[in-house]
Amino acid sequence: MSTVTNPTPADQGGLAPDPAVTPTKAAGAKKLPIIFGVMAALLAIVLLRSAHEGDTTFQLSAETDFVTLPDITVPSMLTAWLMVLVCVAVAGESVRRLLAHVRQPAWLPIVFALAWMTGFLSWAAADGRIRVVSLFAGAVALAIPLVFGALGGVLGERAGVVNIAIEGQLLFGAFAAAITASLTGSSLAGLVAAMVAGALIALILGLFAITYFVDQVIVGVVLNVLVVGLTNFLFRQVLTPNADTLNSPERMRAFPIPVLGDIPLIGPILFRQTPLVYLLYIVVALVAYALYRTRWGLRVRAVGEHPKAADTVGIRVNRTRYRTILLAGAIAGLGGAYFSLVSVAGFNREMTGGAGYIALAAVIFGKWDPIRATLAALLFGFASNLQGVLSAIGSPVPSQFMLMLPYLVTIFAVAGLVGRSRPPAADGVPYKQQ
Amino acid sequence: MRLVLRGITKRFGSVVANDSISLTVEPGEIHCLLGENGAGKSTLMNVLYGLYKADEGEIELDGVVQHFTGPGDAMAAGIGMVHQHFMLIPVFTVAENVMLGNESTGFAGTLDLDASRTRVTEISDRFGFHVNPDALVEDLPVGVQQRVEIIKALSRDAELLVFDEPTAVLTPQETDELMDIMRQLKEAGKAIVFITHKLREVRAVADRITVVRLGKVVGEADPRSSNAELASMMVGRPVELTVHKDEPQLGADALVVKDLRVVDPAGHAQVDGLSFTIRAGEVLAVAGVQGNGQTELTEALLGLQDDVTGSIVLDGTELVGKSTRRILDSGVGFIPEDRQVDGLVPGFTIAENLMLNRSFKSPFVKNGGLRIGALREFAQQKLQEYDVRARDIDSLAANLSGGNQQKVVVARELSRDLRLLVAAQPTRGVDVGSIEFIHKQIVATRDSGIPVLVVSTELDEVVALADRIMVLYRGQVVGIVPADTPRETLGLMMTGERPKDLKDVAV
Repeated sequence: MSTVTNPTPADQGGLAPDPAVTPTKAAGAKKLPIIFGVMAALLAIVLLRSAHEGDTTFQLSAETDFVTLPDITVPSMLTAWLMVLVCVAVAGESVRRLLAHVRQPAWLPIVFALAWMTGFLSWAAADGRIRVVSLFAGAVALAIPLVFGALGGVLGERAGVVNIAIEGQLLFGAFAAAITASLTGSSLAGLVAAMVAGALIALILGLFAITYFVDQVIVGVVLNVLVVGLTNFLFRQVLTPNADTLNSPERMRAFPIPVLGDIPLIGPILFRQTPLVYLLYIVVALVAYALYRTRWGLRVRAVGEHPKAADTVGIRVNRTRYRTILLAGAIAGLGGAYFSLVSVAGFNREMTGGAGYIALAAVIFGKWDPIRATLAALLFGFASNLQGVLSAIGSPVPSQFMLMLPYLVTIFAVAGLVGRSRPPAADGVPYKQQ
Repeated sequence: MRLVLRGITKRFGSVVANDSISLTVEPGEIHCLLGENGAGKSTLMNVLYGLYKADEGEIELDGVVQHFTGPGDAMAAGIGMVHQHFMLIPVFTVAENVMLGNESTGFAGTLDLDASRTRVTEISDRFGFHVNPDALVEDLPVGVQQRVEIIKALSRDAELLVFDEPTAVLTPQETDELMDIMRQLKEAGKAIVFITHKLREVRAVADRITVVRLGKVVGEADPRSSNAELASMMVGRPVELTVHKDEPQLGADALVVKDLRVVDPAGHAQVDGLSFTIRAGEVLAVAGVQGNGQTELTEALLGLQDDVTGSIVLDGTELVGKSTRRILDSGVGFIPEDRQVDGLVPGFTIAENLMLNRSFKSPFVKNGGLRIGALREFAQQKLQEYDVRARDIDSLAANLSGGNQQKVVVARELSRDLRLLVAAQPTRGVDVGSIEFIHKQIVATRDSGIPVLVVSTELDEVVALADRIMVLYRGQVVGIVPADTPRETLGLMMTGERPKDLKDVAV
């Protein structure tokens, strides 16, 4: 029977492939060449409309590096136009593959993005220097809270609980980390406190969403507002009057890893960061591994896809969900510590500035997968850092435009430009046992 | 394993779903639990499986009284269940589904997928299931998904297997294969509980039959009993199993479909060049395994498909390209195949559901306002006329049983001046009493001179209602044959083969 090629009979159990899914796949293949075309055209128009003659220098390493790479200086406009040509070529290849009904490989968008970015930067930084290392290292640093937040989101949603409260978990984590680190004088204690604070928010979320079946989106939003109000109040009434004892944590310093940090290009980007970043690498790897390769992960995913099925094989659905979102909250809270222990020393009102929502976007952009969500968060971090770098070298692009980029990318991602984005089937659906 | 249920009572609020049910199942026997939809069979099995907690009574396995707090306990005790709606996770592989909840792990909780694969292959080979452990469940045909459910139960060393309405989603061939599997399991010494309301299947495999009605055991039946005996026991009164209909009084060609092609959003032609004619006062029944273009055909008739070419002419008027509302207003009645999704708004009352196809104009709407009085009167009348068992017309459609829901749909569609009736799976998931009633209504519609298109995957229903039978395979007509064509021929045609000596019947 399994070899029969009959059209799959649809069934009543909802398990047959959803017919609505197939067209999206096909449409996704069509979208790629279109995006390529539009982006290449945009870059060409920008170059035509406002030419910047001069040279652009790409600085690949700092003078203090163990191994110094030479700077690369290129004529701005020529390079930019060359890159437009590369983009057009990639778009052409994509169209060819579309017409030949061949799969679009992953290297196409990667090459395109690299070429586009190089072209754009050499135009934007004409007669200036682009410090490639600090551009990327800064992106990694800015992405820390986004990645932690996104991991918290991925875990929660994989278990079937929509974690809108990432923002609240970040903010409360930042708050708790600042106070605890100030009181104890230990950054480590601050990190632990941030985790506890994040888990606490998750516990409230769970209580309403899992035990009392309240709409998860609403609880999440309310929690975010609550945390903003609470931390604002405490900041004004408690932290500000006692800033010396309660709100002066020591700032976490970068801690270069001996050998790894000396690798040219990669070393300074990835391995001359704060310990929080190294912790991040470990957490990402652990979550990705655990989610797909362990019993715990299998059960978490089962509970988020089809809780009733999980129940019928003896898995305690709600207990699993509680455990998972507590862990998710703790991880998101850890991201909060970035704001008050790494970015600056000390808590400030609403200092997360909506990072939790960008993390949420990274969850969707990353298709509920820990690695992809991390990459999405890194992309958003890159966009944020690019904005800072460009305004520093005085580029012609309005910084407000660059600030929009993470959000623009998100809107397109959520609208399905990046192919099929399918959430866990029971995401946001409370499970009631009879 | 020997199962004894003693005096199981389960109440939901004031409703008694199981009223002191007692049952014994011996190892190596297939014990059929026969009863209508809503008789309490599934509730009983959910109690047995630990999903529900019984209010009274006890469960005994091999002489030991069991106290299940959840399905985990039931499974540990050796009970396996093949659920009506499969309890499989579509995005997991077969191996992952089978191991879930019972995982063998290595260091630090690492999944041992190989162990599960081996287990799946082992069981699959032993019973000839041909299931690939690495296939994603959502990519598998329904029949194979069901085997995964069976493997799941067997991999946990289940000694008692419960099949809850297992054939509801299967094609005739798959049903036959399932029967073989059940016999094999019985040979292997397993105790099997087979829940169904389909008489043919009961008689084919049952060793013993217990009949349940309205939550109570009404008695045991002999597997050699006739269909009529079993049916009357199940329903509680004599039931007509055959549909009585007179010779059709054929009128002029009413519905003429030519070269109809329906292409789905993925670009596949689901209906590929259909041509047929239905005369006034005639039932054309469409037979075929589910998924061979039936859904697309009925939806194209109603203007619900986007990419339709060819022509559909009803009484001289072209329907292709018209909006669904215009088509409805021109007198097409439609009983959709899934009443829960397309037939009813579950959160609306019966009265509100009865006006869904006439929500724009008289008699229920005047100057943009609802004429509540007229609607209530109409609903009241239909409730009686169609024997809808509900508290009153303000009951929510969601709270009705399947049969009563379908009666509401039929009442709504037949209460207008029709010029064509399209009935897709009109009795799927409906109790015997309601089937009888709905079939009578369809025949009455035909006798009043209206052309009727019936689509059904139940061959019995096709044969019972049809004046002519059109067999579809992959969106194309295999043949249009008389209603008295032998079942074997029809079954063959449903697999796309056309007997050499077959002659199409013209109108």
